[in-house]
Amino acid sequence: MSNESSRLSSGKPIRGGIGQGPAGGMSMPVEKAKDFKGTLKRLVGYFAPQKLNFIAVSILAIVSTVFSIFGPMVLGKATTKIAEGVMSGRSLGYLSVSQYDFEYIGKILLFMIVLYIISSLTGFAMSYIMSGVSQKTVYVMRNELKDKLDRLPLKYFDDRTHGEILSRGTNDMDTIATTLQQSLTQLITSLVTIVGILIMMVSISPLLTVIALITLPVCTLLTMFVAKKARTYFANQQKSLGEINGHVEEMYTGHKIVKVFGREKESIERFQKINEALYHAGWKAQFISGIIMPALNFINNLGYVFICVIGGILVVKKAIDVGDIQAFIQYMRSFTHPIVQTANIANVIQSTIASAERVFEVLDEAEQLPEIQNAVAVRKETVCGEVGFEQVRFRYVEEVPLIENMNIHVKPGQMVAIVGPTGAGKTTLVNLLLRFYELSGGRITIDGIDITKMTRGDLRSLFGMVLQDTWLYKGSIMDNIGYGLEDSEQQKIIDAAKAAHADHFIRSLPKGYETELNEEASNISQGQRQLLTIARALLADPPILILDEATSSVDTRTEALIQKAMAKLMKGRTSFVIAHRLSTIKNADLILVMKDGSVIEQGTHEELMKQKGFYEDLYNSQFTKNPNAQEEDDE
Amino acid sequence: MIKVLLHLKPFALMISFIIVLVAGQALAELALPTLMAEVVNNGMMQGDTRYILTYGSYMLLVALISSVCAILGSYYSAKVAMGLGRNLRKKVFTRVENYSLHEFDQLGTASLITRTTNDIVQIQNVLVMMLRFMIYSPILCIGGIALAVSRDKELTVILLVAIPILIAFMGALAYSVMPAFKAMQMKLDRLNMVLRENLTGIRVIRAFNKLTHEQERFKEANGDLTDTAIKVNRTMSAMQPMLILILNVTTIAIVWFGGVRISQGKMEVGDMMAFIQYAMMIMFSFVMVAMMFVMVPRAQASAERINEVLGMEGSIVDPEKSGLPSEGERGHIVFENVSFRYPGAEEPAISNISFETSPGEVTAIIGGTGSGKSTLVNMIPRFYDVSEGRVLVDGVNVSELSQRELRSKIGFVPQSALLFTGSISDNIRYGKEEATEEEVMQAAEVAQAGDFIAEMPEGFDTAIAQGGTNVSGGQKQRISIARALVRKPEIYIFDDSFSALDFKTDALLRAALKKETDTSAVIIVAQRVNTVMDADRILVLDDGKIAGMGSHGELMKHCQVYREIVSSQLSEEEMKAYEQ
Repeated sequence: MSNESSRLSSGKPIRGGIGQGPAGGMSMPVEKAKDFKGTLKRLVGYFAPQKLNFIAVSILAIVSTVFSIFGPMVLGKATTKIAEGVMSGRSLGYLSVSQYDFEYIGKILLFMIVLYIISSLTGFAMSYIMSGVSQKTVYVMRNELKDKLDRLPLKYFDDRTHGEILSRGTNDMDTIATTLQQSLTQLITSLVTIVGILIMMVSISPLLTVIALITLPVCTLLTMFVAKKARTYFANQQKSLGEINGHVEEMYTGHKIVKVFGREKESIERFQKINEALYHAGWKAQFISGIIMPALNFINNLGYVFICVIGGILVVKKAIDVGDIQAFIQYMRSFTHPIVQTANIANVIQSTIASAERVFEVLDEAEQLPEIQNAVAVRKETVCGEVGFEQVRFRYVEEVPLIENMNIHVKPGQMVAIVGPTGAGKTTLVNLLLRFYELSGGRITIDGIDITKMTRGDLRSLFGMVLQDTWLYKGSIMDNIGYGLEDSEQQKIIDAAKAAHADHFIRSLPKGYETELNEEASNISQGQRQLLTIARALLADPPILILDEATSSVDTRTEALIQKAMAKLMKGRTSFVIAHRLSTIKNADLILVMKDGSVIEQGTHEELMKQKGFYEDLYNSQFTKNPNAQEEDDE
Repeated sequence: MIKVLLHLKPFALMISFIIVLVAGQALAELALPTLMAEVVNNGMMQGDTRYILTYGSYMLLVALISSVCAILGSYYSAKVAMGLGRNLRKKVFTRVENYSLHEFDQLGTASLITRTTNDIVQIQNVLVMMLRFMIYSPILCIGGIALAVSRDKELTVILLVAIPILIAFMGALAYSVMPAFKAMQMKLDRLNMVLRENLTGIRVIRAFNKLTHEQERFKEANGDLTDTAIKVNRTMSAMQPMLILILNVTTIAIVWFGGVRISQGKMEVGDMMAFIQYAMMIMFSFVMVAMMFVMVPRAQASAERINEVLGMEGSIVDPEKSGLPSEGERGHIVFENVSFRYPGAEEPAISNISFETSPGEVTAIIGGTGSGKSTLVNMIPRFYDVSEGRVLVDGVNVSELSQRELRSKIGFVPQSALLFTGSISDNIRYGKEEATEEEVMQAAEVAQAGDFIAEMPEGFDTAIAQGGTNVSGGQKQRISIARALVRKPEIYIFDDSFSALDFKTDALLRAALKKETDTSAVIIVAQRVNTVMDADRILVLDDGKIAGMGSHGELMKHCQVYREIVSSQLSEEEMKAYEQ
């Protein structure tokens, strides 16, 4: 920072970087892009519509820098004039204002003010334009990313954490915006400054320039040396930080376990060990990055002193003017900053390209199959609800077979019960019927029409879903029940809620139908959530239903309501029920027995009992009077 | 912030070093232009080469002092900042580890993690800056003014004009930009929220054909953010050019008026050149202080969050002297009129609960969501303190036992199985550190985990990833059960912990468990009738009260709530089958 102060104290071109962190990013490990050139090219492509703005910004940056570079030179002339006045005064032996050419000095200073004002105005215009350019570019990229996400198959989202995708939409975009806003213009101004100052220095005195430049390789070597050291310390610090964050996260999420097993002491001991390591790595990293500025500053000061001494001697020999020394010192002091800055920007650009690459990765993902041309138009009002699986083959992972050669035929209005120890079957069923995933082979038909021959929108409008998890969204209860319909009239919504036995509890909520559900809908109970989805399905009136009977975490009274409402809903519709109640199962027209996500047996209750397979085992276990009764859970 | 800085006490000596060093650095920086002025006045202007050389070497020395001070200062400030971070982290972590579940729920796991990690890093970073600039800037400023005045009093008037302009400009900028920055953060949060909702609700959105609607929402949030960001950045565009202009015009003014002063013989050329540099240092120090004002509020929020953690005491305190349970009693639990109310809650979560268990007996607790089942079992390991009544373990009130001793008697299997990083055997040994290999294997066998562990590539040495992502829910649950079994505790508590097991495993597990627990108390919380039916004693909870207690048969006869639960879960046919 003392370098910054001297940069300012020399009163000359300061560009950018006020308030940059102490390490200035130079010693932080930098993330590298896999394909730097390709990504850069593609990123540049996004600026194409802003080409004119870019040219304008470049011109403004050059003008602003050039004008400010002239400053010290002109100021030096004024100082020289003043010094000349002093000298002539001395040689005359008396004081007189008339020896001072104030008219000339005044002109120079006025000229300078004009120079600086132009420089500041162009500098302002440059940043001003760039603000628009950078934000608009990122705006376009964000929308493009969102559009892309909407076209990606669900598999993409199931394979990744939300955080991972979110961070590309926000953090990475932010990095790109900041770089466009600051670093690009800084790069231009820094380069122009370096060249401009060099020219000015040489024009003042080639000899002094050589002396000044001797310090340069020393600075570079020193920076490289320290940066290399710092990188290992920063890496160590990062590692300890990661470890400590991991430990904290684990111990806090497992707080109850730690407590109940009385392991607080061990946990604290382990924490202290990592904490101590973090401290040692941390202060070393901090210290080494703190060295670089004072060290550079010292070398810079060395140059400063040499220039003062040698310049002073030159002045004495009348080989150079006092004002020129002043100007030269100013130039020299503002020379290191743009060099350090350029080095920093190189790192910033690298991490920006890495960010852009992550965004482009999403944009390059394989999309879901496009909607078919000339799709068969289906309407829920006319569809009967006949569902067929013909030789359906499906696997999430190519190597792991899940559903092989499955054939079922469900007549309109029939009930299909899905049973099995775990609920992985439910997700798969929804994924296939609603075409969230594509089949690996065979086909699924509705009323004899292959579902891939319909648009996804039409297909999905045929289904109603009554499941417990995540099928509500943030918004009012009114919106949630009316979600399947456009512009549902209020009365229809209330009627549906009444039919679903949900009206009573909704009205007992503080804001009734206008109650906002939060993101996980955790402000109403699970059973109430289910009643809402039933109301929604009743309102939407679809020919086919997917229901989950799971009633864990539901109190007995709500459960009774749910059963009544479900029975009402299922009347006259084809339904797929994740069954938990034996009565439901026995009444089903078709039972699919699922295990680990794949269908292992199918048929009616009688057929399956005769098979004496897994189903029979499962069924009988419910009736033997032992403690091993089934404890079933959806998912 | 100040409260957090009080933790700097142990570093007082180092901080006084830093003050001396930074002051030395600032003074040396100020001395350089002073010496240069001498070189100009007495060397260049007088043509005295020797003088130039002598003073040149002085300048070198001063430059060296400045850098050495800066490096040493950086050494100490690194140690102080990181040391404070380390101490704070330790204090916060230790405090949180002593929190009972109550304090934990109050602040939230995610928030506590942030407080222990990011917030402290924030403080650390700001402290590094503060240790440098808070001391450096004032010294630079005051020293600069003193030297400027000593060079030429009249010329200082220029600074009296320039500095207020500088401050006014920065103030105006901050005034107009700060609210916009806040608005921008809010809009960014909103965009994040929309995107997150789109990810979590992706199936709903696609199933209900709401893509267009969501796209519009996103575009709107995106456009909103973009507009504000452009506005903020455009305002900020004025900062640098304007600052530079103010500094440059000040320089020009100094040269003009300095020239006049020189022509009057009141000052020398070198003085003027030095004066310019002082002026820049003074104004720069103001800019630095302004930067501090931007940084501190950010750390302020972090400091407040940390203080909140440190200001909150764990509400469960060990007794001064742990009471000793009477000899020979084992696996004996008594609840006497126990009521518990979560702090701030209107209604008690459980009220007036009384029951007693004997070794070898199985007590099951059933009831709907929110009926208080988990709350009830949380009283036994003293996760919460009862509001009324008392809980006795082996004849001693749990609040008279140390938490460690009490909990050493208990094997607890929580609702959601949670494993730690480490191997499978590490995880099982978490229950009993000194467990032998045989004990670990035997616990795994009973928990029905032996088979799948044997199938794993490295058996018991297989590593569990963070969050246990490489084992299935059922496997996790079985390891978690083994972890409790290996302790061979007096009291087993299963808090709804068979849910991820398929029924066959469940059956085998219970049968195996039976043999292990003949001298222990077993408490099983469940939702399902089948699970509890053959327990020695079933507690039926409804709205936090005991609605019935007894065996399945007794409850079917006398308890309305129990009958309701049973009939909602089993068909008539099944109920009859059970009765046979």
